[in-house]
Amino acid sequence: MKTPIMKDVLKLLEKDSRLSAEKLAAMTGHPLAEVEKAVRRAETDRIILTYKTVINWEKVGREQVSALIEVKVVPQRAVGFDTVAQRIYRYPEARSVYLLSGTYDLLVQVTGRSIHDVATFVTEKLATLEFVQGTVTHFLLKRYKEDGEILDGQDELERLPVSP
Amino acid sequence: MVDTTPPSRNRGLSQKVAQIPPSGIRKFFDLLSSIDDVISLGVGEPDFVTPWHIREAAIYSVEKGRTSYTSNYGLLDLRYELARHLERRYGLDYDPQSELLITVGVSEAMDLAMRAILNPGDEVIIPEPTYVSYVPCTVLAGGTPVPVPTNMADNFQLAPAELAARITPRTRAIVLGYPNNPTGAVMDRDKLVEIARLAEAHDLLVISDEIYDRLVYGVEHVCFAALPGMRDRTILAGGLSKAYAMTGWRIGYAAAHQDIMEAMVKVHQYTIMCAPTAAQYAALEALKEGEVAVLEMLEEYDRRRRVIVKGLNEIGLECFEPRGAFYAFPSIRSTGLSSEEFAHRLLVEEKVAVVPGNAFGDCGEGHVRCCYATSMENIERALERIGRFVGRVKGLGSRV
Repeated sequence: MKTPIMKDVLKLLEKDSRLSAEKLAAMTGHPLAEVEKAVRRAETDRIILTYKTVINWEKVGREQVSALIEVKVVPQRAVGFDTVAQRIYRYPEARSVYLLSGTYDLLVQVTGRSIHDVATFVTEKLATLEFVQGTVTHFLLKRYKEDGEILDGQDELERLPVSP
Repeated sequence: MVDTTPPSRNRGLSQKVAQIPPSGIRKFFDLLSSIDDVISLGVGEPDFVTPWHIREAAIYSVEKGRTSYTSNYGLLDLRYELARHLERRYGLDYDPQSELLITVGVSEAMDLAMRAILNPGDEVIIPEPTYVSYVPCTVLAGGTPVPVPTNMADNFQLAPAELAARITPRTRAIVLGYPNNPTGAVMDRDKLVEIARLAEAHDLLVISDEIYDRLVYGVEHVCFAALPGMRDRTILAGGLSKAYAMTGWRIGYAAAHQDIMEAMVKVHQYTIMCAPTAAQYAALEALKEGEVAVLEMLEEYDRRRRVIVKGLNEIGLECFEPRGAFYAFPSIRSTGLSSEEFAHRLLVEEKVAVVPGNAFGDCGEGHVRCCYATSMENIERALERIGRFVGRVKGLGSRV
């Protein structure tokens, strides 16, 4: 269940998951105990799924290949899209799986250490599933923005240090 | 022998200008520029960049070749949008053709207002602490500023009785600047209603600088012009700088009865012509589509406000709860230092910039202005340093 306190806290944690309960309380003006309760509640109710960090791996030189894969699915009796999606998202290589409207059905984001990794996953795992009619693989060439963060750095403001 | 004295020395400069003291912030600025790694709580503007859709609208206007003058009053579309905005927010009804003017920031609107209504010797009542331009603008327009102090016990709201005590037969206008820079004070409706009654009884005009109207926290901003009977008595001045993070675009506005507006436009057309065209297109986009961004920034300011007010009070710098703008105005009396000493030493010893309260009038002495339009991280680091500084100053004091 979502409370106003939880909403205030979640908004802040979504931007910075390292914020302590004390800081959250100071920033929102809610009592510390209430804030702690809200965070615990959000965790147990799986409103907060996990705490992660957005990393620009290119800067550390770690090779990583990602692809977005369009998947067209043969509609099957008694097997809804959810079941099909489940067969795909169980693979750890599939980082995100979405059901879409439009010319194809599922969009799967796959990340591996090499093109070979990703290609193997697509050709041997994904394409061979009996209800998968076809796939189109788009390799990702450059990341500009990830989860709302511009990788080159956000616009910086230059201000006079003192102004009236 | 060749006379090397600059001509300005021989003939002198305008006495009126000479009479105005330079901004108290200026010398502080020079000192600050000589020190590295300063955390500045001394700014008077948002730390957000103008939302992209607003910037993009200006770029698009330039691409389309919209690079000529606009009407003296400003783009008609922008004035219509502004009229709708004021109608929506405050129920005000201004004619976009004759009662709204787009200015170069709210500063120009304030200057025009003074110049349009004052005659030599007219008195203008100005609550202090005050934004730095009201007194000089009054003087330049030939008026006589009459300060009226406000204090922390009243949460820096203007007490109607104090105002009434300063009204004379020469009083022409009252300046209101709420939400207030530098105190963060917001006026309660009942006090404004009393002030409105005084304005009516003494036939005074009110120049209301409401540049911070959107930045209020948990209270209502009462637009003075929207009070019963006040529309035609008020020159409403506002702008997009603070709420939309658009300080550098220099777009403000004035709203007033047609007679006053005509006089203001006369001055405006001979000094400014019109506000910059691209900036007006940005403003149009802001008023049309900027609401979501305003609310997001507002939420963030509110969080920082809570943190800084709590932090200052914990340090022992008593701070009333500011309900508007983005300033905290703590008392530094407990340190035994003057505002200038405090600000100067804090800057040199701990590299935190705040603005001494006396820059905003005599009754600002004993306070400093801390702007929380900076990152939460900066606020926390600044509080740490201020705490260390205050501890040291007080510790020394007790040993003497």
